[in-house]
Amino acid sequence: MKQDKVISTILFLVALSAISGLALITVFIFKEGVPIIARVGGRQFFLSSDWDPGLGHFGIFSMIIGSVAVTAGAMVIGIVFGLGLAIVLTQFAPRTIAGMLKPAIELLAGIPSVVFGFMGVVTLVPLIRTYLGGPGLSVLASSMVLGIMVLPTITSISIDALQAVPRTYWEGSVALGATRWQTTHMVLLKAARSGIVAAAILGMGRAVGETMAVIMVAGNTLEIPRSLLDPTRTLTSNIALEMAYASGDHRQALFATGVTLFVIIMLLNTVALAVSRRRSGRGGVR
Amino acid sequence: MISRVILALAAQCLALSAVLMCGGCGSKGERALNVVGSTSIQPFAELLAQEYEKKNTGKQVDVQGGGSTAGLQAVANDLADVGMCSRSLKADEITRFSQVVIARDGIAIVVNKSNPMHALTLDQIREIFAGRITDWKEMGGKPGPIRPITREEGSGTRESFVHLVMGKDRISRKVLTQESNGAVKELVKGDTAAIGYMSLGLVGEELSALVINNAAPTSENVLAGTYTLSRPFLFVTDGEAKPDAQKFIDFVLSDDGQCLLEMEGLVRVR
Repeated sequence: MKQDKVISTILFLVALSAISGLALITVFIFKEGVPIIARVGGRQFFLSSDWDPGLGHFGIFSMIIGSVAVTAGAMVIGIVFGLGLAIVLTQFAPRTIAGMLKPAIELLAGIPSVVFGFMGVVTLVPLIRTYLGGPGLSVLASSMVLGIMVLPTITSISIDALQAVPRTYWEGSVALGATRWQTTHMVLLKAARSGIVAAAILGMGRAVGETMAVIMVAGNTLEIPRSLLDPTRTLTSNIALEMAYASGDHRQALFATGVTLFVIIMLLNTVALAVSRRRSGRGGVR
Repeated sequence: MISRVILALAAQCLALSAVLMCGGCGSKGERALNVVGSTSIQPFAELLAQEYEKKNTGKQVDVQGGGSTAGLQAVANDLADVGMCSRSLKADEITRFSQVVIARDGIAIVVNKSNPMHALTLDQIREIFAGRITDWKEMGGKPGPIRPITREEGSGTRESFVHLVMGKDRISRKVLTQESNGAVKELVKGDTAAIGYMSLGLVGEELSALVINNAAPTSENVLAGTYTLSRPFLFVTDGEAKPDAQKFIDFVLSDDGQCLLEMEGLVRVR
């Protein structure tokens, strides 16, 4: 009995320390970042693309656009391939093949992002430069690299969502004469919709936050990209690129970039949580 | 990139521990020589310190980063024995400190091997990086867009480049930004339209370095001053160097020290 109490207290403290770490980080980046936003003015900071720390110009609009563009591209690739994989693995692939493919995809999640970035620079970028034009370092290259990186997240959560649909739905649909594909897209996908949305949003969170691979393939210009083949700079790359030497206002502005990123990711996670709650709360086809 | 962040952190830890140690030890035993300043010189100074410690047992040299200006401040406040500075001293600093040039570092303007351009003027390079010249044919090259590549804000190489080439002009927002000499090299190696700048010692065989204002980018021309894209690496002391510091500086200027710097890609001055 006594032992139980001691252990539960210890575990509680450990859990608390993990959360207080998060709280400290939150407080710290806001404390460092918010004053400079106030000083520069929210409008100037968020809506101007003029970033020249040496001259005291801090505007991150082009980077917000960069992050959004790269993430959107990654989501298109991630959802098409991730959801496709999930459907094939749960509905169409023979059990033995599915049993081999699923761990292989999960293995993808374990590859460090520098490796993805390096592969992008060495293979993807020259291909784009040669066949599509532009510098190669581009929104397209970043989206493709990120799209592959979020595949494991989207695939495995979508698989869980599809497998959570009660077997009776499938049986009912097939008994009514629907083909396998009709059953999949008319019944299963609808029933698993909220789970799939949650998968997409979690994948998006990862894509927005990814740094290393993007620095290597995005080109990091400060101009707003006008096409998929234009280079761009994301919020995360901006922080990582300039952190090492930054001091004073410049450093604070990088923290403010972090605050922006923090808010975006918090919003995404909240939406993901809300959506997946709704699934477990209700579930089923309406 | 990551390694540089770690390096910066490590430098800060070191600076902190050095401060703590000095507070604690004070008069005890032989004091370590403090060398503080530019992060561009830091890796070379660390190598020199290693060699120096090997040759003079019992001597200890602590090398810390922090930046050129921070190094000068540390020397002025007597927190460091020797400051490292990777830019020319300003007028008021020249009267305040005594300086020794330990080496020079050239900045090469590099293009792809297959690019027929072999020479440019400083004005042309400025126009390219300011975004006003955008096609190689404007300078008599093969028609096609120019893709200039710069380094990230805060990089020492970038600061020198801006100072030596850009003057009051700003680097265009459209210019690609890479976060290391290696990344610039990789990009220029693969892109026939690219032009970038990097430390002369790191160019290697795979890129072609341009002749600037009729001077080829060689160590000799840097030393003679005809190749103007170069910066001094300085050791700075507060007035006359103390015997300990002088001994280290003498080692750096000796043949051994200079050979080491030359091997690492710098231009020797002795």
